[in-house]
Amino acid sequence: MSATAPAVPIDPPDTSPLVTARGLTFHRGDRAIFQDVNLDIRRGGITAIMGPSGAGKTTLLRLIGGQLRPTAGRVEVDGACVHELGRRELYQLRKRMSMLFQSGALFTDLSVFDNVAFPLREHTRLPETLIRTLVLMKLEAVGLRGARDLMPSELSGGMARRAALARAIALDPMMILYDEPFSGQDPITMGVLIKLIRTLNDALGLTSIIVSHDVKETASIADYIYLISDGLIVDHGPPEALEHSSSAWVEQFLHALPDGPMSFHYPALPYAQDLLLARERTGD
Amino acid sequence: MGTLKKLELAVGIFVALGLAAFFMLAMKVSNIADLGEDKGYKITARFENVGGLKVRAPVTMGGVRIGRVVGIDLDPRSYEAVVILSIEPKYDRLPTDSSASILTSGVLGEQYVGLEPGGMDEYLKSGGSLKLTQSALVLEKLIGRMLTNAASGDKPPAKTP
Amino acid sequence: MIDGLRRLGRSTLRWFNRLGRATLFLLRLLGALAALGKRPGLIVKQLYSLGVLSLPIIAMSGLFVGMVLGLQGYANLVDFGATSSLGTVVALSLVRELGPVLAALLYAARAGSALTAEIGLMKATEQLAAMQMMAVDPFARVFAPRFVAGVIAMPLLAGIFTAIGILGGYFVAVQQLGVDSGAFWSQMQAAVRLVDDVINGVVVKSAVFGWVANWIAVFEGYDAIPTSEGISLATTRTVVNTALVVLALDFMLTAIFFGV
Repeated sequence: MSATAPAVPIDPPDTSPLVTARGLTFHRGDRAIFQDVNLDIRRGGITAIMGPSGAGKTTLLRLIGGQLRPTAGRVEVDGACVHELGRRELYQLRKRMSMLFQSGALFTDLSVFDNVAFPLREHTRLPETLIRTLVLMKLEAVGLRGARDLMPSELSGGMARRAALARAIALDPMMILYDEPFSGQDPITMGVLIKLIRTLNDALGLTSIIVSHDVKETASIADYIYLISDGLIVDHGPPEALEHSSSAWVEQFLHALPDGPMSFHYPALPYAQDLLLARERTGD
Repeated sequence: MGTLKKLELAVGIFVALGLAAFFMLAMKVSNIADLGEDKGYKITARFENVGGLKVRAPVTMGGVRIGRVVGIDLDPRSYEAVVILSIEPKYDRLPTDSSASILTSGVLGEQYVGLEPGGMDEYLKSGGSLKLTQSALVLEKLIGRMLTNAASGDKPPAKTP
Repeated sequence: MIDGLRRLGRSTLRWFNRLGRATLFLLRLLGALAALGKRPGLIVKQLYSLGVLSLPIIAMSGLFVGMVLGLQGYANLVDFGATSSLGTVVALSLVRELGPVLAALLYAARAGSALTAEIGLMKATEQLAAMQMMAVDPFARVFAPRFVAGVIAMPLLAGIFTAIGILGGYFVAVQQLGVDSGAFWSQMQAAVRLVDDVINGVVVKSAVFGWVANWIAVFEGYDAIPTSEGISLATTRTVVNTALVVLALDFMLTAIFFGV
């Protein structure tokens, strides 16, 4: 492998985690979204963060991206504490990471081509011919080279996400954050997305973080999984290890059981008492 | 690129239209000559009564606009109205014995100051004053006088000095 | 009673809170203007959607308002035999009041609401967040170009509205009602003053209105609750608030410029 590039000295592989969170606490109003969370994201791998809806998974991505500021604790990306950076440094850091939003978040007034070209045009002074080559390369990677002149409104949900993925890799980032990449997609699209995420991760040497509640799909590509619920990390480990976890909660979540430690019912008064209460109110 | 060119063209037309509109407002709708007015020299005229004369009212001679009213004040001792007129510099040969009267354009139009040239060889300079003036025609007084005249005989109505 | 007072207090506090946020927003917007110098293309694009696309409604409305002024003015002046002053009446009402005010109200309805909806939608569909994550500041890339283009477009639109209105009045007065063309223009020229009427009226007023109309529109979009109801509420607020603020400011400016 190294024979093709002999001039470049090969660094010893960096084994320190790319993202670390220590004692991460985040409150929204009075509600604690995270309580003293610690996690490490390994370089070069795909780390999945899974948990039920409303567990604050997207919030976690925004904390990593520096869009939100933790109430306590710290988040470090590549050695820099995200929320202690000035705006300029934060923007420098963000050029090296990308986020794929749930909706794709393509710019609706730009064509697919211009969407992918957007970060290149904003951050580089490359000539237009080179930008064209780069954009076509990225679009080819996600299989949408033929769709470059379409507007976002003309794309299906899966295509929009792929186009957004092409935009996310436009600046060759070191890390991509995926926010629910599979939700609401048909099985074929899901398959395509799974394959794309894995291929891009390995081919471009990226670090990927996937936030999702699609257990089966996510587990199939993740190298490491964190399970969060109620602001706490319930369990973590490689997928195979979690598969044999003794925790009842993990069992319920991974196998999608309707009832278990995660109650089917929203917290409420006992049913009979609630009904009686209503009768008392209207009865007299 | 083609759409970008069209867009730029449309914006260019829009801006040009806007500027053309302002050009029209400046040249055709308003009187752009107003701008250089401050260069005029000032003379004063005293009137017994200025009626409805306002600052900025035109000053004419022979029907031609030669300046405008720039100030109206009351002399606290003589109780006369002091009107300051600004005359355009090119009309620098107004005889010192010219007379000023406050006239009305049309029946209900605005009031203005009309100058009648005198016969002296000396000309008014900045700071000079007009001695002969005729006050504004006040309708109530006019009607009152006509009634008195009609009662006391058929003499023609005399002009106010 | 106590409840009512508390509610009053709460809404007052909320109002000031919003005003404070809007002011901070404006300051950040102005801070982002410097970066805009390098990207004039962004402003041109917005001048198209805010200015050029507002042109039809502005031109049509200006024409009709001018024609109505011609008719109404004639009907009133003809009793005094003063129809030669018709040009003055039409021009002064348009230049001092109707041009800038109506153009601003129409602008709020046509362009301001679209601005709010567009920005609100960009927020709701995470486009603004995506931009931030791409290390692009939405203030420099999205808000500032729209604000600047709107501030440029407003006086131009008001000028076009006024000029077309006067032409509309001319058409009715001279072509339809037989007022003398020379009298129409010369009476107008004698009465309308460049600095006091045209500059203070059309130019200064519409610049002020353009400033607040675009500030309100961009801020409401930025501040919108990112749901479909939130955006529709914000759009309504843009039109209502702009109308109120423009009319109130118009009163103040009129008192300053034309008050005795």
